[in-house]
Amino acid sequence: MERLRSPVELEQLRLKILSQRKPEKPCISICGGTGCHAYGCEDVAKAFKNEIKRQGLSKQVELKVTGCHGFCERGPLMVLHPQKIFYQRVSSDDVSEIIAETVVKGNIIDRLLYVDPVSGEKAQFEKDVPFYKIQQRLVFGNNGLIDPTNIEDYLATGGYSALSQALFNMQPEEIIEEIKKSDLRGRGGGGFPTGRKWESCRNAPSSDGIRYVICNADEGDPGAYMDRSLLEGNPHSVLEGMVIGAYAVGAHDGYVYVRLEYPLALKNLGIALSQAREYGFLGQNILGSGFDFDVKISRGGGAFICGESTALMASLEGRVGEPRPKHIHTTLQGLYGKPTNLNNVETWANVPLIINRGAYSYSQIGTDGSKGTKIFSLVGKINNTGLVEVPMGITLKEIIYDIGGGIPHGKKFKAIQTGGPSGGCLPESLIDLPVDFDRLTEVGSMMGSGGMIVMDEGTCMVDIARYFVKFLTEESCGKCVPCREGLDRMLDILTDITEGKGKEGDIELLEELGNLLKEASLCALGTTASNPVLSTIKYFRSEYEAHIREKRCPAGVCKALITFTIDEEKCTGCGVCLKECPQQAISGEKKKPHTIDQSKCIRCGLCRDSCKFDAIIVV
Amino acid sequence: MIELTIDGIKVKAEEGTTVLEAARETGIIIPTLCYHPGLSAYGACRICLVEVVKGNRSSLEASCTLPVEMGQVILTSSERVKKVRKLIIELLLASCPNSKTLQDMAASMGVNKVRFKIKDRGCILCGLCVRFCAEQMGSGVIGFVGRGTSRRVSTAFEVKPAECRNCGGCEWICPVNERACMAGNLIDGLCGACQNLKPVETCPVCTECSQSVGPSGHKVY
Repeated sequence: MERLRSPVELEQLRLKILSQRKPEKPCISICGGTGCHAYGCEDVAKAFKNEIKRQGLSKQVELKVTGCHGFCERGPLMVLHPQKIFYQRVSSDDVSEIIAETVVKGNIIDRLLYVDPVSGEKAQFEKDVPFYKIQQRLVFGNNGLIDPTNIEDYLATGGYSALSQALFNMQPEEIIEEIKKSDLRGRGGGGFPTGRKWESCRNAPSSDGIRYVICNADEGDPGAYMDRSLLEGNPHSVLEGMVIGAYAVGAHDGYVYVRLEYPLALKNLGIALSQAREYGFLGQNILGSGFDFDVKISRGGGAFICGESTALMASLEGRVGEPRPKHIHTTLQGLYGKPTNLNNVETWANVPLIINRGAYSYSQIGTDGSKGTKIFSLVGKINNTGLVEVPMGITLKEIIYDIGGGIPHGKKFKAIQTGGPSGGCLPESLIDLPVDFDRLTEVGSMMGSGGMIVMDEGTCMVDIARYFVKFLTEESCGKCVPCREGLDRMLDILTDITEGKGKEGDIELLEELGNLLKEASLCALGTTASNPVLSTIKYFRSEYEAHIREKRCPAGVCKALITFTIDEEKCTGCGVCLKECPQQAISGEKKKPHTIDQSKCIRCGLCRDSCKFDAIIVV
Repeated sequence: MIELTIDGIKVKAEEGTTVLEAARETGIIIPTLCYHPGLSAYGACRICLVEVVKGNRSSLEASCTLPVEMGQVILTSSERVKKVRKLIIELLLASCPNSKTLQDMAASMGVNKVRFKIKDRGCILCGLCVRFCAEQMGSGVIGFVGRGTSRRVSTAFEVKPAECRNCGGCEWICPVNERACMAGNLIDGLCGACQNLKPVETCPVCTECSQSVGPSGHKVY
């Protein structure tokens, strides 16, 4: 492939690609995202490949393994284009039937359709699935159409048209103005206005003219994987954003800092980089515009703190990944002391969208202070686990019930944690809260990078706070005293409380330490680290008090504070729990109520999980 | 020259200096632990936090790394600052209780109880030794290993490197590697030798507390 040398050549190539593609040709799109991988989508894809070959349909049917489609709960997923017939939980055994019935004859296979657990209705097409219905998948939507290892797929969906528009029809200042007008805010956690960041970087003095752009793909929040899925599924959209950004700020070198734990993202990004160079979207004289820019991949070592911008830059330079004070912004002195513009994966992926749609149209989506859409990873005690992209301003209720399908096993919703480990836990009374940067901060949580962990009534809020503080204690770099020592002490106190050793004054001391972290820590990890504790104290104080004063865990989680007993009325003496118990703590005759020997019981909960009659009582 | 206000006093400072330097030049004392005038600023101990007032809002910043700015309004010992410093020193004492520097500082700030379990780690990870070795001795043989509470100062692979000249600089500059606090028994994490149980005037330069402190508190230099 010869490098493209002008926008005209790009459009000619696009027309050529489109003319070779027949929209009516059946195309099986198999989700190859992380969730579906775990469900065994690779075997399914292999089975499809063999079956298509066996039936001699290689010319008539196209097979595509794409990035994440989003609905991870029901994987492996497949969509048959052009009708967009949606099948879920597909296994290799279903493959020959799918080809013979659906692809060839056009018949729907009933058992592979998604059934809405609430209404009992079956959804034939992707758009009818409630999970997808109210989403607005502007950034993420193309994932299902693109084979991430094939740049032509990206070009077929209009890829790199924003780049050509920016390079040939816009001045760098105009691009910055456009991004400013769109009110795009950083998707990595801070929510800083992207346009202002770019402007500050462009105007920063640099003695030798060197500037850098960086893509932060060091996503480390437990349960969050939207950046990963974007890089795995649509890496060119991120690269296109980066080239536009580099042109706007005047940078010629860029870095993508990716977690080492994301091998598929690394692989797909590597392929995307070499294809982009081959086609002339990276390297010298991009599209014949005279603008040079190239991107290098840097692999992180797995430290959570390296997602913080200054720690990331230190790590990129080969130093220990720890933050420095930001009195002088990184846009003035960043990587190697040069003006550096760092944005998160999702922010970069939004850039081509803004250039293509125009800032005005983009800014029509969302709320006053937060524009556009946001991808959330909806996980925890929720029926429809997956990645959801919604317009800013949507309520938590809509996300949890309309998209997420509510809480499994008919349990009651208790709290939702937004923004990753340093986000706050919001109670049911705030379920109508519109989700945007400012609203979430007001109630003591944050947008963060977009993690959403749903908790049901069986979750102990003290235990949850302890869990997140433990994570942060281990991931704190240990440089500044409030974060290192403060978190360690908070963990001690929380552990004591969950072990029944809490005492009066502990809640107040936790609050005091929490405020210290907020006020005195060096970086954002420290200043936000107390959110899980402060928010659970704020909204679930009575639960803390029950642990401390009554030595009782209302949710029945903290082992030191609960006992397992058997309800004699409900127990049928079936003996299942007796067999399950690893401690031989349960005894009883067949068909007569069993009993638990408290001295042997380790409160593992296996008996409760195995009992079909709800006869195990936890107090 | 940059003009700023520190504790109500109009101060002039050269561009590029820090608020801590400007304050010290004026004779305003800000306590520090990880700062040394001969080394690069690190901003880790947070003891030197000051309140930066901007209109109706204010924030706490480490003065050792905060560059002076025209028109800046700084408060070095507001209630907010004092409260935060007190809690930081309390946290540090709990992890390094035998340091006289820390005990003195705690006394001067009126800390009268350490509410945390004592976990004597013998090091406050201020990084003075690391920077001294690298910046003044040109050796750079020690650095931080690990993160969070497992962070510690060490040589590479725990082996004594050839570049180490046994200069003793790391020991010399360490703020907690010193004559241990004189009192044998700590009560509530405090030594009590300098009758520090009630709040006293700030005296961070005091090094001989047992001589300078009377029942009415520290002498102010």
